[in-house]
Amino acid sequence: MYDIIIIGAGIIGSFIAHDLSKRKCDVLVIDKEADIANGASMANSAIVHAGYDPKPGTLKAKLNVRGNRMYPGICKELGEPYVRKSAFVVATDDSESRILDKLKAQAEDREIEYRDISGEEARALEPNLSENVIRALEFPTTGIIYPWNIAIALMEEAVLNGVRLKLSEKVEKIDCLSQEKTGVSSSDGPAYLVTTDKGSYESRYVINAAGVNADTIYGMALGHEPDYNITPRRGEYYVLDEMREPVVSRVIYPVPGPAGKGVLVVPTIHNNILLGPNSLPVDDKDANCNTADALSYVKESVKKTVDNIPFDKVIRCFAGLRPSGDRGDFVIEESKTLKGFVNVACIDSPGLASAPAIAEYVVDEVMKDAFAYDKKAEYVHRKPIICMNALTDDEKNRLIKENPDYGEIVCRCCIVSKGEIIDAIRRPAGATTVKGVKKRVGPGLGRCQGGFCEPLVVDILAKELGIDKTEVRYDSKDSVMLMGMTKTVNKKEAVRS
Amino acid sequence: MIDMADTLNKTFTCIVCPRGCEVTATMDGEGNIQKIEGNFCPRGAEYVRNELTHPMRQLTSTVIIHGGIYDRLPVILSSEIPKDKMMDVMRALDGIEVSAPIRRGDVIIHDVCGLGVDVVASRSM
Amino acid sequence: MKRYEIVIVGGGSAGIAAAIAAYNNGCKDILLLEKDAELGGILLQCIHNGFGLHRFGEELAGPAYAEKWKDMLKDTSVDVRLNTTVIHLYNDKTLTYVNPTEGYVTIQAKAIVLALGCRERSRGAIGTPGYRPSGVWTAGTAQKYLNMQGYMVGRRVFILGSGDIGLIMARRMVLEGAEVLGVAEIMPYSNGLPRNMKQCLDDFDIPLYLSHTVTDIRGRDRLNGITVSRVDDSLQPIAGTEMDFNVDTLLMSVGLIPDTALLTEAGITLHPKTKGAVVDEHMMTDIPGIFSCGNGLHVHDLVDFVSMEGEEAGLAAARYVSGELKRSKRYAVSAGEGVNYVLPSYISPASMEDGLDIKLRVKNNARDVRLVLRQGDKPIKEIKKLRVAPSEMEKVKVTRKELADISGDMILSVEE
Repeated sequence: MYDIIIIGAGIIGSFIAHDLSKRKCDVLVIDKEADIANGASMANSAIVHAGYDPKPGTLKAKLNVRGNRMYPGICKELGEPYVRKSAFVVATDDSESRILDKLKAQAEDREIEYRDISGEEARALEPNLSENVIRALEFPTTGIIYPWNIAIALMEEAVLNGVRLKLSEKVEKIDCLSQEKTGVSSSDGPAYLVTTDKGSYESRYVINAAGVNADTIYGMALGHEPDYNITPRRGEYYVLDEMREPVVSRVIYPVPGPAGKGVLVVPTIHNNILLGPNSLPVDDKDANCNTADALSYVKESVKKTVDNIPFDKVIRCFAGLRPSGDRGDFVIEESKTLKGFVNVACIDSPGLASAPAIAEYVVDEVMKDAFAYDKKAEYVHRKPIICMNALTDDEKNRLIKENPDYGEIVCRCCIVSKGEIIDAIRRPAGATTVKGVKKRVGPGLGRCQGGFCEPLVVDILAKELGIDKTEVRYDSKDSVMLMGMTKTVNKKEAVRS
Repeated sequence: MIDMADTLNKTFTCIVCPRGCEVTATMDGEGNIQKIEGNFCPRGAEYVRNELTHPMRQLTSTVIIHGGIYDRLPVILSSEIPKDKMMDVMRALDGIEVSAPIRRGDVIIHDVCGLGVDVVASRSM
Repeated sequence: MKRYEIVIVGGGSAGIAAAIAAYNNGCKDILLLEKDAELGGILLQCIHNGFGLHRFGEELAGPAYAEKWKDMLKDTSVDVRLNTTVIHLYNDKTLTYVNPTEGYVTIQAKAIVLALGCRERSRGAIGTPGYRPSGVWTAGTAQKYLNMQGYMVGRRVFILGSGDIGLIMARRMVLEGAEVLGVAEIMPYSNGLPRNMKQCLDDFDIPLYLSHTVTDIRGRDRLNGITVSRVDDSLQPIAGTEMDFNVDTLLMSVGLIPDTALLTEAGITLHPKTKGAVVDEHMMTDIPGIFSCGNGLHVHDLVDFVSMEGEEAGLAAARYVSGELKRSKRYAVSAGEGVNYVLPSYISPASMEDGLDIKLRVKNNARDVRLVLRQGDKPIKEIKKLRVAPSEMEKVKVTRKELADISGDMILSVEE
């Protein structure tokens, strides 16, 4: 029996698992995906927003501001990059300027650092800002991260400290074991039985961090419609190639509207640029596909704020689904009817920015009494990641002498060595798929999109996992890549006969 | 003079070289070639003559190799074969295994499918 | 820091040819750096025949063509480093490379020849809508799996783009037992060589859909279907023309792009059309002593011409090192009516080799036209062409004598 089962290994589930791994309790994390952070945590704008725009009085406002302040320290502790990139929210006419006034007041209230500057001043700092821009608010505390790598780092450390992680397991049923169906465990027995397509697990508590599927999961436990509903809002993006001088050096936001923060121009940690997202409600919770209409909408929208965007540098398009709920705020609460069942749901924007604060709020406020497990005396931090690009030539050469794999370049777009890939596979909660390698160390993210490096990555995965190359998957178990070998039909027949 | 009423024109994209000439053959009522034009070189005329009677093709593929830098050795034919025998040769290559070292030009299958043509290694390995 | 006279980056067809030409023209201190475990580049996976007709007068398979060049290289004392990736290139002609035995090494050269090759444009780069399942590859990646490793990437295949690699792969997949349901090309004409249309598609009854593109990709895990639609004159899909294909594999053959990450770092000016470096008639970039050639400079249709361009760059590098490459008054050559790009971008009539090929690609298919080089209104050279196509590189050869009286910039156009 587990003390706590967390459903969902996205950034929220990972932060909560990491927090709980510091305490003396048994935690199991289950996710239907083949990897950590495969849903909304994978496909988003990768920004730690400053926290000026959520509605006053909401959890979103409170947790975003807190999350933004927590991130730099957490990233430092995990050895993951956090870049304080700064951001402009730009107005192109008087009505938009009035929205800036409102944001400014909210920033004042929340003690968020800002600067109010004219269009000219803004253009002096960002020369590609459109002539249409008449005024900008600068928010210097806006940060950029690699969300999935932070989730992976958190989960790796959680696993090192005893958390169990089960991937590619889909929750199919949740039974409430207590007599009154209240979820309160009588004496020390379990309160919940979570059944997946691979097994059944008992626990005292369930934390539902299942992203777009959180309402479905809660419904399974309740046996009826839950008191919140999630309608995914799809957002589509373009990715531009790494550039020596990216078109902007800050995140550029239009003024926020009813559909959210609008279409952004976002520099990433490796000097790529993200353009997007649009925001479109969709019925299908798996519909993270790109559409021609949305992509052209994104293209047109960014032109309103930024000029000279090099669209010939597009290397990829992607789409993500935001788990948007019908209450207008995050739903982070213990179920009113099922005691010990905690919903951490409807975590759309600014969910990523709020994530560490959400975990803290769940563990230290919402479930304070229930989760009052003692802190572990010893906590193991993960072995630091070796990122060759961040080392001096002397340091690199010392490593290569010890292990020549660090001198064998597999991905030439992002300069990733074989040694780094093998490390990403061998780590706790390591990569088991081509996409998993791509997320952790980069091959496939660059301009060749895996064209050159993918066959090499498949080779390394097969060797490291001790499987045939035809068994290597891109992502899920059904995402078959190679479909057999040539010139072996006769051979097989000969063997058979 | 050829009586145009009884002639038939057939145009071919020549595959002899990357130039890809469009070569037209003019035939009489019995299918006898009267004229070939559009070809840059004599090989184009020969190609069209073959194409009308017995089309010929080169074929390249691979065979399994052990102990090489890769798992497959590329192979080519010593000369062209009838187009309709290509799949026969592909079947003959299935299951063939060789071991390194191999030199370019080494015969992998002699007189494949009785066509009087050899399958040879197109590289050393 | 170790110093070399000439360092060549890339051991494919252009790089090997450059090394041999530099050696044969008097430079004996040459280092050739290749990222893969053997020389030959992309030719090693191009097991089809058709290489070498211009250079060797015979039709060879890609690996055989590469081997002939490698054999020639063996007769030189060019120093070759395999498994070696160049990480940085600077405008003072220093560069940093890495390999498993030496680690990171920074060296300096008097001349550097970049023979970096090209990469394939990916599905993401052209923004094809739909899901992102496995089963969508560039044709070249599938070719590597199939021809070098012996793996089938799929059983029911559709191909987007009529580039030569796509056509060649259509035939290869059929021969190895897959079904190829069709090839879609967004332009109203094919981008591949006519012979490949014939021997790779027609021979196997594979339909070619001109003015069509893929407008949807389905499958959450492995690809399970695509939609192909006709496009209008502005290349936009036409509603109501959708055709669904039940396939497990989509191969992309939608263009090649010179690999220029190193050039950007060194601050070398790039050409807006070729996406490679801007070069003069010696294949020299705007950083004196840094040369570029082959598919890393502009994408070629024939490897023979890649090798020849490598030889030109290797010769020029040797002459640069020996101080023979003098700068003299140079004039720009630009693309006029009907021409997509010309290469080189600059010519110095006084210092050019006698008999210089100006390479160009036309914008449209045309018949019975002239390629005309003019300075102002004055024609300098013209050649008649029965047929021109965007998919085929053309050359206009000019002599030193023909350019002797040039006094201004030149324009090369397609004229009726």
